Amino acid sequence: MKLTKIAFALGASLALFAASAAHAWEPTKPVEFVVPAGTGGGADQMARFLQGVIAKHKLMKQPMVVVNKSGGAGAEGFLEIKGAKGDAHKIVITLSNLFTTPLATAVPFNWRDMTPVSMLALDEFVLWVNAETPYKTAKDYLDAVKAGTDNKFKMAGTGSKQEDQLITVLVEKAAGKKITYIPFKGGGDVAVQLVGKHVDSSVNNPIEAEAHWRSGKLRALCVMDGKPMPYKTKVTATQAWGDLPTCKSSGIDVEYLMLRGIFMPPEVTSDQVAFYVDLFKKVRELPEWKEFMEKGAFNQTFMSGKEFADWVAKAEAQHVSLMKNAGFLAK
Amino acid sequence: MDEINSLMQGFSVAMTLPNLGFMLVGLLLGILIGVLPGLGGANGVAILLPLTFSMNPTSAIIMLSCIYWGALFGGAITSILFNIPGEPWSVATTFDGYPLAQQGRAAEALTAAFTSSFVGALFAVLAITFLAPLLARFALKFGPAEFFAVQMLTFCSFIGMSKEPPMKTLAAMMLGFALAAVGMDSVTGQLRMTFGFPVLLKGFDFLIAVIGLFGIGEILLTMEEGLAFKGKSAKINFRIVWQTWKELIRHWRTFLRSVLIGCWMGITPGGATPASFMSYGMARRAAKDKDSFGKGNIEGVIAPEPAAHAAGTSALLPMLTLGIPGSPTAAVLLGGLLIWGLQPGPLLFVEQKDFVWGLIASMYLGNIVGLIVVLTTVPWWAAILRIPFAVIAPVIIFICAVGAYTVHSSIFDVIMMLVFGVFGYFFKKLRYPLAPLVLALVLGDMAESSFRQSMLLSQGEIGIFYSNWLVGGLMALSIFLLLVPMWAGLKSMLRRREAGAHLGR
Repeated sequence: MKLTKIAFALGASLALFAASAAHAWEPTKPVEFVVPAGTGGGADQMARFLQGVIAKHKLMKQPMVVVNKSGGAGAEGFLEIKGAKGDAHKIVITLSNLFTTPLATAVPFNWRDMTPVSMLALDEFVLWVNAETPYKTAKDYLDAVKAGTDNKFKMAGTGSKQEDQLITVLVEKAAGKKITYIPFKGGGDVAVQLVGKHVDSSVNNPIEAEAHWRSGKLRALCVMDGKPMPYKTKVTATQAWGDLPTCKSSGIDVEYLMLRGIFMPPEVTSDQVAFYVDLFKKVRELPEWKEFMEKGAFNQTFMSGKEFADWVAKAEAQHVSLMKNAGFLAK
Repeated sequence: MDEINSLMQGFSVAMTLPNLGFMLVGLLLGILIGVLPGLGGANGVAILLPLTFSMNPTSAIIMLSCIYWGALFGGAITSILFNIPGEPWSVATTFDGYPLAQQGRAAEALTAAFTSSFVGALFAVLAITFLAPLLARFALKFGPAEFFAVQMLTFCSFIGMSKEPPMKTLAAMMLGFALAAVGMDSVTGQLRMTFGFPVLLKGFDFLIAVIGLFGIGEILLTMEEGLAFKGKSAKINFRIVWQTWKELIRHWRTFLRSVLIGCWMGITPGGATPASFMSYGMARRAAKDKDSFGKGNIEGVIAPEPAAHAAGTSALLPMLTLGIPGSPTAAVLLGGLLIWGLQPGPLLFVEQKDFVWGLIASMYLGNIVGLIVVLTTVPWWAAILRIPFAVIAPVIIFICAVGAYTVHSSIFDVIMMLVFGVFGYFFKKLRYPLAPLVLALVLGDMAESSFRQSMLLSQGEIGIFYSNWLVGGLMALSIFLLLVPMWAGLKSMLRRREAGAHLGR
């Protein structure tokens, strides 16, 4: 633990040093910001938010252009970055499909085909039920699933063989019963299906379901993180994000976070990577960013350099085993 | 009464000088975006979204929603003049709009299209103003089975529309379904029919197909037929607006029907494109002279436009009250709300009164200003057809190519557009109808996932499609619509046989 901290400190100071000493490289033409998902989703929102604040605070001389390449569950966007060797005017924001899409579809790409830049934040997952159901805690819900027959409970989620379905498989394992998983196009649709009582539960990201929680239509049961979220401001009349227990403490042994990170094409120089690391560090200092993080109840871990690459490698291993256990690997 | 007070307050927010300025800028940009095929409202709004970051949220949404209104108006222009739908929901407008333009009645068709768009929007805004909470609750009733029932209704109301032999219609529709199936299968997460080509990962975009099939196909045909526009005799005449209006009043039934379909489809959220197809199909069924549809019947323009515009407008309601976007553009605006720090949802109407009512007031104003802007430009748009074909054709092809590229910033799409253009040419030469193909391409994907989601929900029980009055009613209505033309066909066949038998005797 201590060692990694020292390494991080060293890495950070080195990066700072490099940035302040040289400013060796900066973009000379507009930067293409690839979003491997559709317009309006979580990754797209974050990308457009970044584009907006970077322009507003003039953190970069060249403009940034957001381009959605959502084909093949994001494969289109990642393949483009993989193919743009040495092009430092392209960056991509990731979702969990960085890991899940190549595993599920066998489309040939991997994070090692790209250059890791930095982690911006991690997105949390919360277990939701309709407020009119009798399940007050995650344990109530789990007991009900256990007591029911296979496929009695229905879970709505975004996409197929992606993060939401992986979490569903983990919940199934905790309950020992099958849950019917129904894929929808976007997180907003999923939350509304739950409000309309067409399904029994969802694992929406906080920002996707916050409004329904606040209006009393949905109930948040637990968060799938190692520890409760740090946000203490009350969202509903009685609860803040920080008041949610971890799912683990309620007997659903699930810990899952989604990477919101930045990658560049392969074979870019270290100066070029340093520019973007520095850029996103500046963004993190902005009050707008802090507000955005709090609004979406993000996990605000930031990493770059080797530490980030190591984290990604670990996350990849986690996904390989999750996907394998769920039987989602492409044949 | 509360609504009226809030609305008046909204007008006081929207009527300030800077906000009116933003409105005008938004409308002009929107019309331009609507005219350029492929660019589309969603892309246009997405591109401009970051610029609004430093504006106050109310001004920002006024400008962005005005881009949306502008695009809804503008989509009709190229559909009517060049048979190129600028937006997916304008496809149905081309069926009769383009033949009208060829007959030299472009100005009339444009006036009808703009006016009916406006009427559609106006009714949708009225519905939003007074019925918002009620409508929002209704939208919650829509699960996968209900969505499938609506899509089924669209297909059924459209069937029997084509004058070509049923087998050709069926073949075109099946080709559309096949093209829609290419790419990611959203239910299993598997790739289908990509054959290992990365360019096929994203499937065939509806817009690319439409630009090619209609736009490029039409240019190829025109080249063969003598390098000239048929509608070039169009005169610049400002009185045409008044004359057309007089005629429009007679079609109030079509207006009413289309507006109802449009509001319903926007709220549910079925979307503007299915709404426009459905209204066109319904209008043709209701008409006495069915055969004149597709040959330049003004009702063929009046029917789809208010539905598209009403659906497009009411699509904002589920976005504001539930946080689900009823259209791609609404999805982008939704992202905008979050970025400006506003959380869409049931509480938005309570917590952000100024914002919501400012937006609603701007819907009224934006559409009125929009109508005035587009109507005054009608004669000029119509006059484009007087430019020699040799000059305008390369410009159209260029605009089509740029449009196809902007959909996904992919050069492969431009090539696909040309391929679809050749397809479109042969389709027309061989007298295969294009409309069923396009309908299947745009709705095939949605209908497939709703159907499979329903099957997952019910564990394979088909009974889910008559499990409650809403879905059951919709399904019954679709089956009724499907059977009516068959019954009519059967009857006329029997009659003919009887007549033949009489003659034989």
